[in-house]
Amino acid sequence: MANFSTNEFKGGLKIMLDGEPCSILENEYVKPGKGQAFNRVKIRKLISGKVLEKTFKSGDSVEGADVMDTDLAYLYNDGEFWHFMNNETFEQIAADEKAVGENVKWLVENDVCTITLWNGNPIAVTPPNFVEIEITETDPGLKGDTAGTGGKPATLATGAVVRVPLFVQTGEVIKVDTRSGEYASRAQK
Amino acid sequence: MTDWRPSASIETLRKRAAFFTSIRKFFADCGVLEVDTPCLSANTITDVHLEAMVIANGADIDDENVANACLSPLYLQTSPEYYMKRLLAAGSGDIYQLGKCFRHDELGRIHSPEFTMLEWYRVNFTMDDLINEVSALVQALIGLDTETATYQQLFEQQLGINPHEATTGSLLALSKTKGFGEYADRCLRDYGEHQGGIDALLQLLFSTCIEPDIGLEKPIIVSHFPASQAALAKLADDERSALRFELYFQGVELANGYEELINTEQLVQRFNEDNALRKRIGKVPKPIDNEFIAAMRSGLPACSGVALGVDRLFMLVERKHDIASVMPFQLG
Repeated sequence: MANFSTNEFKGGLKIMLDGEPCSILENEYVKPGKGQAFNRVKIRKLISGKVLEKTFKSGDSVEGADVMDTDLAYLYNDGEFWHFMNNETFEQIAADEKAVGENVKWLVENDVCTITLWNGNPIAVTPPNFVEIEITETDPGLKGDTAGTGGKPATLATGAVVRVPLFVQTGEVIKVDTRSGEYASRAQK
Repeated sequence: MTDWRPSASIETLRKRAAFFTSIRKFFADCGVLEVDTPCLSANTITDVHLEAMVIANGADIDDENVANACLSPLYLQTSPEYYMKRLLAAGSGDIYQLGKCFRHDELGRIHSPEFTMLEWYRVNFTMDDLINEVSALVQALIGLDTETATYQQLFEQQLGINPHEATTGSLLALSKTKGFGEYADRCLRDYGEHQGGIDALLQLLFSTCIEPDIGLEKPIIVSHFPASQAALAKLADDERSALRFELYFQGVELANGYEELINTEQLVQRFNEDNALRKRIGKVPKPIDNEFIAAMRSGLPACSGVALGVDRLFMLVERKHDIASVMPFQLG
């Protein structure tokens, strides 16, 4: 993999840091009037998800990371791996528990997810921004309350628990924003 | 699609032209002569942290190794300082230049490898006289008063240390608490534990912990930088600070000025120290500009001078986020 000099740094560039692939979020070039220039860089570690700030001497180089995002449809879980398929080439990829992480609760069959590959191996799975899942359990709630004030917890078919308005009932399919984990609406029939 | 369009709007460029006119009017009213010294020179500067761009003059431009093949390279000027001081030594009196300067490998939100610099020199002005004139220019251009502080005052207020007495250990510890431990260690390895390393850490702390918080409401002029960062400024009577000042506004460094060092032997000594530090960190030492030194020997009049980044000041006036949006075209 090629090396990148600090003057090639920009948001989205993937580099290796402490043996872990990282994505540059922000890069600021600082040049004291008569002093050594440096780059203050905000970085997200792609495996741990940690965000950190690091200062590089300007002109230094770091190794690039072979990281790419690919859109794949979720197929099934075999108990150990989550299987995804490229809808055009039908090529399949299996992601482990570490790569799927907490997003396991948003995986819906046939939904197209973004799989982040490092050296060809999945390291992260990002579900679509909105998913539609059936409610398997929620309190019947108060009849006639349609204002939705406060809401109530509802367990979804994938195991996720979200707060929903009181009028939404078990068996209904709802639309959830996976970035915030919040109820968006009832699903369109 | 190839993006051929200007990086600034035509409306902004009209205002930019008016801004230049205001600058020229200010100096015409003060009786300062406009000069336009060359962008190219056979010589360059020894500054440790500034690199000039090199033009492969006299070489066959089809040669693949054009930079190596050229017999007499020309440097694009990082500032018109040496040419202007040669004019002063020749008896020009007060002069200013509003023109392009070039710096290798400087690119960012407020950096461009080519930019517009306003530089001026006033004969028989002390540092304080010139600070007053910078304030007057800022008032004329943006309608704000300017505050002043010393480098020492800011370090004491913001970080609780005296920069002229701080040790390597105390600066390293402070850098660590501010989250720059790894980079500070690197600076000390590169520049050594003594003055070079101390200056690197002072510059790191100044630009990360002081600069972003000063001059937010109105511009501020910071004076009396450490003697070890004097560049071409005279030392103050206390000999631990230099008659060097900088102008900051809204976290952006805008200008750097000196009560000029007149003593040629001290000047040559500083150039040699620059080159020694360049060698230490693996950079090529730069030959000293003999024409400039000869002019200094023949006698630079007592004077003060300052250089101001015009694109940056205009960017702040226009409330833009980067200098590209106030320059006709963005480079790189």
